[in-house]
Amino acid sequence: MKILILGAGQVGSTVAESLVSEANDITVVDVDATRLRNLQDRLDLRTVLGSASHPSVLVDAGIEDCDLVIAVTQSDETNLVACRIAQQLFNVPTRIARLRATDYLTNERVLGPECFDVDLAICPEQVLTDYIVKLIEFPEALQVLEFAHGKVSLVAVRAVQGGPLVGSQLKELRRHIPSVDARIAAIFRGDSPIQPEGDTVVEAGDEVFCLAASQDIRQVMRELRRMDQPVKRVMIAGGGNIGLRLAVAIEREYSIKIIEYSKKRCELLSSRLDKALVLQGDVTDEALLDGEDVAGMDLFVAVTNDDENNIMACLLAKRMGARRVVALINRRSYVDLLQAGQIDIAISPAQATIGTLLAHVRRGHITQVHSLRRGVTEALEAVVHGDRDSCRCIGRRIEEIDLPKGASIAALVRGDKVIMAHHDTVVQADDHLIVFVTDKKLLPKVEKLFEVSAGFV
Amino acid sequence: MARYLPVFHALSVMVVLFALAMLAPLAVSLLYEDGARRAYEHALLVTLASGSLLWLGTRKSSAELRPRDGFLLVALVWTVLPVFAALPLLDQLPGLSFTEAYFESVSGLTTTGATALSGLDFLPPSINFWRALLVWLGGMGVVVLAVAVLPLLGVGGRQILKAETPGPMKESKLAQRIIETAKGLWLVYALITLACILAMKTAGMSWFDAVVHGLSTLGLGAFSTHDSSFGYFNSPAIEAVAIFFMVVAGLNFGTHFLAFRKLSFTPFRADPESGAYIAVLALSVLGIAWYLSANEVYPSFWTALRHSAFNVVSIATTAGFSSTDFGKWPVFAPVWMLFLCCFVTCSGSTGGGIRMIRAELMVRQAVRELQRILHPRAHVSVKLSGQPVENNIIFAVLAFMLMYGGSVIVLTMLLAASGLDIISAFTAITACINNTGPGLGEVGPGKTYATLSDFQTWVCIAAMLLGRLELFALLVIFTPGFWRR
Repeated sequence: MKILILGAGQVGSTVAESLVSEANDITVVDVDATRLRNLQDRLDLRTVLGSASHPSVLVDAGIEDCDLVIAVTQSDETNLVACRIAQQLFNVPTRIARLRATDYLTNERVLGPECFDVDLAICPEQVLTDYIVKLIEFPEALQVLEFAHGKVSLVAVRAVQGGPLVGSQLKELRRHIPSVDARIAAIFRGDSPIQPEGDTVVEAGDEVFCLAASQDIRQVMRELRRMDQPVKRVMIAGGGNIGLRLAVAIEREYSIKIIEYSKKRCELLSSRLDKALVLQGDVTDEALLDGEDVAGMDLFVAVTNDDENNIMACLLAKRMGARRVVALINRRSYVDLLQAGQIDIAISPAQATIGTLLAHVRRGHITQVHSLRRGVTEALEAVVHGDRDSCRCIGRRIEEIDLPKGASIAALVRGDKVIMAHHDTVVQADDHLIVFVTDKKLLPKVEKLFEVSAGFV
Repeated sequence: MARYLPVFHALSVMVVLFALAMLAPLAVSLLYEDGARRAYEHALLVTLASGSLLWLGTRKSSAELRPRDGFLLVALVWTVLPVFAALPLLDQLPGLSFTEAYFESVSGLTTTGATALSGLDFLPPSINFWRALLVWLGGMGVVVLAVAVLPLLGVGGRQILKAETPGPMKESKLAQRIIETAKGLWLVYALITLACILAMKTAGMSWFDAVVHGLSTLGLGAFSTHDSSFGYFNSPAIEAVAIFFMVVAGLNFGTHFLAFRKLSFTPFRADPESGAYIAVLALSVLGIAWYLSANEVYPSFWTALRHSAFNVVSIATTAGFSSTDFGKWPVFAPVWMLFLCCFVTCSGSTGGGIRMIRAELMVRQAVRELQRILHPRAHVSVKLSGQPVENNIIFAVLAFMLMYGGSVIVLTMLLAASGLDIISAFTAITACINNTGPGLGEVGPGKTYATLSDFQTWVCIAAMLLGRLELFALLVIFTPGFWRR
């Protein structure tokens, strides 16, 4: 597939990185030559220097025979214009734009065919905010993902001594909570995956991925660890785009303190926030943290745009007594260094945000892709269309489907019903399948399964 | 002097229009044949002649009114028109001094409702009608003043919400914008007045009483046709109607206008004042009712509630009617009522005082200071309706409060120095500067301001004008800088 990526910033380069490995023909456009050079040094792709909304630049980049435009420059307006031009002038079939302003995102007509004609609008800040909000709702989880419009949830939990299931076999789960249909989709011990079978024993320290209907998820987690006190007090370090969105989203339910360095930004924050307390100062200022009682915080979230600051603030907060600390970290090497160390959760914005975008790029009818464990593992949601002849899944039992080893179908959503996959469950047309892939290399094979063969229109 | 010609030109137009307003009591006089016809004919002629002469004398000035001229014009309107308004009173009431007549008409046009007259029941009907009409016209002026004029001059409660355009129109020229806004507001004002008159008639008043009380209820002045005010009717239905319309008149007419145009209640919900206004009124009514029945002033709670509801609403909204002599209640109740009248009414209403919007802002500012002590690094913004309020506006409001407090103290001291007892002095000034009407003691609800000496009456007149023009609009004229180029 020929893909044009406009903007080589954080999101742009991550997208390029994930797609390059999947055998696509990629061109990146940006106004910053250094950025482009850096990208070209690392990855096998073409770069074009110039403004992403100028038709001549787009022609240079090969827009005329491109299949997909991903507009992820800093400016919403450039992204919108580029999408419109791509559609009107060059007939590009799929156009994706990154938009920050809620005004554009909430107005469907702006994105509709009579206006800018964007197929998919993504807002990384919003995705990250949702991610963190989930973590606040489920303080025990490492990650919470939703499928099929929130009907099914997948949580990653670290098993802790004292959880009823820890130290016993997986098949016990059914006996412990007979009313709940849940599924352990994968277990990671150390860094290696273990294929969960009925007689697998869960050990303390395992990272366990469980899948269940959203309303049952808390019960399943209780099996793996003692439940913590619910979160009441949250301190947000950094009042940028994510910090503000996060505070707005949760200030009604939780008591929030938000720290921001810039005075001007503080004024804006305090005018936009009703209940949250806005504090002006350095996020690594020990006196400030102490004065504002960081020790009494249930959660400390560092979301400044500086990795080192986030890490330091989190380490400091943890040492001063914050119950749980979450840091936003862009650099992958840092993330690998820190996870499971003193920082409870390290969030990689790039990995968290590109899921929806990747789903659009993938072939087949994949509607959701979530990166797990820093992108090593993926969980995807696919809709199967067609009939027994045109699709390799429909009308077959799960055990009959030819999945590669390391990939498993964890659950199905049929209409409003959530069905945990068993070896004899039969897949029907229009089912949503939730598939767990422990190794990214298996992806192309998995995708092929959900494709509708050429005979089907 | 030529600089001020446009001001006097505008004033001359107001005087001529005011002369035409005298046709109304003239008609009433003819209708009731009360023998006061002469008085209006004379007053009308004098007013019309003065207005016309002034108009002719200033007609050559073609200069546009500048915003700063607005202060002078507003002050002149509220000091000059009462002189003409007093003419019929002087003619008809032989014992009345000019000071008392001027007091009476200032009291009307500032919608205060403090009266120096007694024996109201025996006055010619047209005189009572004229007094009520003064209140109503004053209310009309006040609404436009507060909603359209003062914000343009940069004073008054409503400029706090800068982003809000007060009226429906956004014409470029000052005068034009005011006129267009005024038209909309007056239509609403007139419609509500009509509804009030009809409701009062339905509740059992005579047509004449309904008109007089309807006019003075909407203006939130308290001119009645009876010495015992609403106590004369002794009817819960009439009191209920009056309570409702007093509450309505105490709300911002700009908001009424929006509600009328959209035919929905949402503007009231978005309004930063309405909620607090209704809440404070309701709580006070219930609290005073409980207090009265606990002190066994009335035999049952329900009687106490009836009297509490009417008198608390009437004083708090700065109307000033009474249904009973609340001066005889245990002292906490009337003092609380007078305290309420200092701040309860909304900006842009016909009421007076500090206004709810400033009071809310002060409370929030106080909360902010407390938070700053707890969290020295915190950034807290003071917000109204979700919009942050700038610091310089908070300073302006603080200055207003200071001036308000200062004015009350200075004027009270003047009255006390002239021999009035301190309760009467303090409550008279409170009642006048808030444009409420009755105070306590010598000027209590059962009595009149006639007992005051000439000097004391002038002090009260000054208080009424200060309160009505929201202090700054009047005081700015007395700064030397105002008269310099």
